[in-house]
Amino acid sequence: MMKDLITIAMPKGRIFEEAAELLRQAGYQLPPEFEDSRKLIIDVEKEGFRFILAKPMDVPTYVEHGVADLGIAGKDVMLEEERDVYELLDLNISECYLAVAGLPNTKMNDVAPKVATKYPNVAARYFREQGEQVEIIKLNGSIELAPLIGLADRIVDIVSTGRTLIENGLVEYERMMTITSRLIVNPVSYRMKDEQVNELVERIAEVIERKG
Amino acid sequence: MSQLFMFEKPLGMRDTLPELYEAKSQVQDAIETEMKLWGYQFMDTPALEYYETVGTASAILDQQLFKLLDNQGHTLVLRPDMTAPIARVAASKLLQKDLPLRLAYSASVFRAQQREGGRPAEFEQIGVEAIADESVSADGEVIALMVSALREAGIKSFQISIGHIAFVQEFFLQILGTEERAQALTKFLYEKNFVGYREHVKSLNLSSIDKQRLLDFLKLRGGEEVMEQALCLIENEKGREAIQKLKQLWDIVVDYGEQANLKIDLTLVSHMSYYTGILFEVYADKVGFPIGNGGRYNLLLEKFGKTTGATGFALRLDRILEALGELKKEFTTECVLFSGERRKEAFQLAKAKREQGIKTLLQDIQGVRNIDEFTGQFAEVTFLIGKAGKGS
Repeated sequence: MMKDLITIAMPKGRIFEEAAELLRQAGYQLPPEFEDSRKLIIDVEKEGFRFILAKPMDVPTYVEHGVADLGIAGKDVMLEEERDVYELLDLNISECYLAVAGLPNTKMNDVAPKVATKYPNVAARYFREQGEQVEIIKLNGSIELAPLIGLADRIVDIVSTGRTLIENGLVEYERMMTITSRLIVNPVSYRMKDEQVNELVERIAEVIERKG
Repeated sequence: MSQLFMFEKPLGMRDTLPELYEAKSQVQDAIETEMKLWGYQFMDTPALEYYETVGTASAILDQQLFKLLDNQGHTLVLRPDMTAPIARVAASKLLQKDLPLRLAYSASVFRAQQREGGRPAEFEQIGVEAIADESVSADGEVIALMVSALREAGIKSFQISIGHIAFVQEFFLQILGTEERAQALTKFLYEKNFVGYREHVKSLNLSSIDKQRLLDFLKLRGGEEVMEQALCLIENEKGREAIQKLKQLWDIVVDYGEQANLKIDLTLVSHMSYYTGILFEVYADKVGFPIGNGGRYNLLLEKFGKTTGATGFALRLDRILEALGELKKEFTTECVLFSGERRKEAFQLAKAKREQGIKTLLQDIQGVRNIDEFTGQFAEVTFLIGKAGKGS
């Protein structure tokens, strides 16, 4: 009997290409059309993998429920979602950081400081740890709009080059933490499919080591 | 609040429809029978307990408890697990003579509702508690019993990972020196965050040998050989003792002939904070969450006034059913369809069949609109219609 495919949840968008590149560097043969496909499920039987292409924010959800054995997810997503999965490797790809930003020379409202973000849990926790209680407004994208049109005093978002902030006339107030992508695994798959999981982890760890 | 629709039930609550009920009770019977065969006695406790006693003694997080008030102003909880209530009963009633007790239960437990699906707020657990026996043989027995119960339930592919919480504590204490620093590191294990663990270790002010040891700790997963590797890392006596206990446990399970599904995983720590030594989780194919867990808890009974140890496990019935996969639709019930003229004959036939142990349903034909559809649900149908001797 053929071994069961290992299901890997991949984040669509920004991280995808770097993640695929990493797998290739680890010696896995992925088809050349891998990156261009519009399919949501791609089987690479030769390597024993099934890839599912998910929204980055949803990757830990698929892995926690065990419908994907492994996944590649940003630390930002891991912090926001707090899913019960193993975080095995720092892949050191797609580096960016979480930051607090807003219009220049402005202060937060004393009575009801408002923060707009895609990461309500991360933002609330961060301000609480600074001894501040803020009101969080959840947005799903184009976060930079919020301070520009008066929805919020500050935003919490990921920044990679800082260009979007600059182009919209925003400044960074605090750098919260560095974000990289992580290899995550479902706790049951980590045991029931330990041989396959361990092999993948070792091969990827080697590549990361090599790159330094 | 929005108007509720009549079909709605509280978040996280599930119905058990007849087909599922049937499958569930078969699994339940198989497991319970095995537990009874090993001499465990079943018992039950109330669904409601005091928050101050069982609620706080249980290892379930406060925000996961269903709480309500009684008319005297006491806070009550719907029991979040069975181990704490059984510890209460054992300590206050059953342990008078301090003899080992072997108790079992099959009951619903409650965990507060979650927004997301896939996590029922009420689910059934079947488990055992071996109380007032501090020998490793008791730990070995519950593991061997769990293996046999799972096999009886029809689970073919499963794996048990065994860890030792006292080893983790001693090992971290040996290198880090203080309880506080050890706990900070344990938290990463509890959160399953190995990346954070490694970063934290690298940031510590330790010799490179000690750092390497802490990093090597994450590799203590696998077969029997892991225990030897652990002995090479640990230096203090209590830590060694923990590994010796684990070795004894392994040998005991080997003597039961049940080591095939066993793995050692010393990185395993549990959200069940009352465990004090050996602890384990059991996993099955096709289920994304553990189907059961257990371990030794030597301090829980103290909270209820008895100083003695105990060990046990709990299996989750809903997840075992998930592991068993698609329910097969089986027609095992027969039907006797009758009309008024042959009613007595039909009753006698049904009685005779039931005496043979055949599930037999009686149905007056006047009560059924679509005969074909109705009779399609049975293994066999006997028609006693019209005048005796005529018809079919």
